[in-house]
Amino acid sequence: MTTAPLDKTMPLKKMKLSHNTVFWIGFCVVMALLIVAPLVLPVFWQRFLTEILIWGLLAMSSDILIGYTGMVSFGHSAFFGLGMYGAAAALLMVSPPNLLLALAFGLIAAAAVSAFVAYFSTRLRDIYFAITTLIFSQIFYVIIFTWTNVTGGENGLSFSRPRLGVPGLWTAPFTPETLHWFVLAVVAGSYLILRRIMRSPFGMVLQSIRENEPRTRAIGYPVEHYKIVAVMLSGLFAGLAGVLYAVQNRFAAPDFVFFLVSGETVIFNVMGGIGTLVGPIVGAATFLLLREFLGRLFGDQFPYLIPLGLIFIVMIIFLPQGLLGFARRWLNR
Amino acid sequence: MELTAILYAIPWDQILIQTVNGIVTGMILALIASGLTLIFGIMDVVNFAHGELFMLGAYVGVVVLATTGNFWLALLIATLVVALLGAAIQIATLRPLLGRDPLTTILATFGVSLILQNYALWQFGPVARKIQEPISGRFTLFYLEYPWYRLMIAGLSAAIIGGFWLFLKYGKYGIWIRATTQDRVMAQAMGIPVPLVHTAAFAIGAGMAAASGVLFGPLVGVNHTMGLDWVLKAFIVVVVGGMGNLGGSIAAAIFISLLEAYASIWVSPAQAVIVSFVVLILTLLFRPTGLFVPTPK
Repeated sequence: MTTAPLDKTMPLKKMKLSHNTVFWIGFCVVMALLIVAPLVLPVFWQRFLTEILIWGLLAMSSDILIGYTGMVSFGHSAFFGLGMYGAAAALLMVSPPNLLLALAFGLIAAAAVSAFVAYFSTRLRDIYFAITTLIFSQIFYVIIFTWTNVTGGENGLSFSRPRLGVPGLWTAPFTPETLHWFVLAVVAGSYLILRRIMRSPFGMVLQSIRENEPRTRAIGYPVEHYKIVAVMLSGLFAGLAGVLYAVQNRFAAPDFVFFLVSGETVIFNVMGGIGTLVGPIVGAATFLLLREFLGRLFGDQFPYLIPLGLIFIVMIIFLPQGLLGFARRWLNR
Repeated sequence: MELTAILYAIPWDQILIQTVNGIVTGMILALIASGLTLIFGIMDVVNFAHGELFMLGAYVGVVVLATTGNFWLALLIATLVVALLGAAIQIATLRPLLGRDPLTTILATFGVSLILQNYALWQFGPVARKIQEPISGRFTLFYLEYPWYRLMIAGLSAAIIGGFWLFLKYGKYGIWIRATTQDRVMAQAMGIPVPLVHTAAFAIGAGMAAASGVLFGPLVGVNHTMGLDWVLKAFIVVVVGGMGNLGGSIAAAIFISLLEAYASIWVSPAQAVIVSFVVLILTLLFRPTGLFVPTPK
């Protein structure tokens, strides 16, 4: 009646859900928690959570390079900041402020900058790439900081928040809840898109560049083109995070183009686990929560980066895979 | 007629003054960059914390100067203290990472730089400190009263770099360092204590950064963010000069500082930085391995 293999597989199938099902169940549970969160949490933590998601998106965009292509970018603040200033330009020039236009402007600005950075910095590898991206982000910092007429210089730009929706069809003013849901939708959408891309043939080529660049080139892939596209993709999503941040906080400031933001992005990645896409969000959450916790424990003046820096170094030495490192294979399957 | 008009339009006096300025900052930058290059050349570590060691050196100088009142003692003690600190950092954070991806070392030293910078902010506060010039003489350079001290900085930096070069060339331990740079495994096989050489090289680089911090202190105030500006410049210099190439770094340091000094005749110093960025971009485009090294096949 039965054959041996069937006997073996039948009970297994009953007991174990397929990888895909587990992933989607997990995804839906996390999403449900995040959707309900703003209704339950007090105002401060509600805002905090939204901010975690935005920084998480920035860190996730950088994971494309760090985790999947094996290039550490120290220049993500440039993409983030240009997304921010792009959105600011759209919101200041057009009245009434238009959300879609802000998104479009921010993404175009970030894409232009990342194309520029990608063209030059992908000529170099490893450490050289990290240094050049850092220097490029400082170029944009200097330009934004000194070009006071256009960018507002040190003071930055402030503007009013656009309304949610499509102008002409339906709009509503942002409430803290709808803002959170909007950010959540963008971040979750970006995650799904990036996950799909990283599992596509294109993503596979990026991962093979990480594993062995000369061999990838020898197989016949134009490695340089792939790298440029990877940097641009990463920059685009970093710019998206910048737009979200601008919409949430209603200002753009040169501080966000400064190199420290890039550094924190890298820390988020290493803490959460590179090459997982969700890891960086977890890393951002851990970092920001620790910072908040230390600030409350020792006062606002406490140099929180000292203990966080120590934790960071200890993690690099003893836990290089990060908090979600154990799930890396599973998440990418 | 046209030509003479152009010749008159060129501010020769300013150009000469800026040449002197450029050489002075160039020598400081060369001192920082040669430490960075030494550390990179010997163990493939890009020391992100180099600017912070420079800054801490200046702060130790401030503290020693406040207690003893002797600039030269401050220079010496700052160099030694920061060299020891460098050795400790190397042992604590970089030694465990030996043999891992070089990228992890840039992350680790970045963590170190965050800690040091915030420690300085916490300990000394955001207000800039001043180091008194050890010699206050001035001479007349066109319409300027130019301080002798600046020329002395250039001279001292050159002397330190020269001494370092002689040490690498003829000293026993200098030869150890060069051997380890060339071939780590072979050096180990010949009986050179490679881990110790790594630590020593890091300490020397840190000490050089600290010395330049103390020397540079009198020109600008000492504050906790000064490290980042200089490490960025040093990175540019090291990339333009060719990674791990000592002579190239020194040449690039002076070259870039001169260009920035000339640019600051016409634009503000903050914007003059863009000139060095442009040099970097052009270098990356046409000579990605550095201006002063032959392009490898």
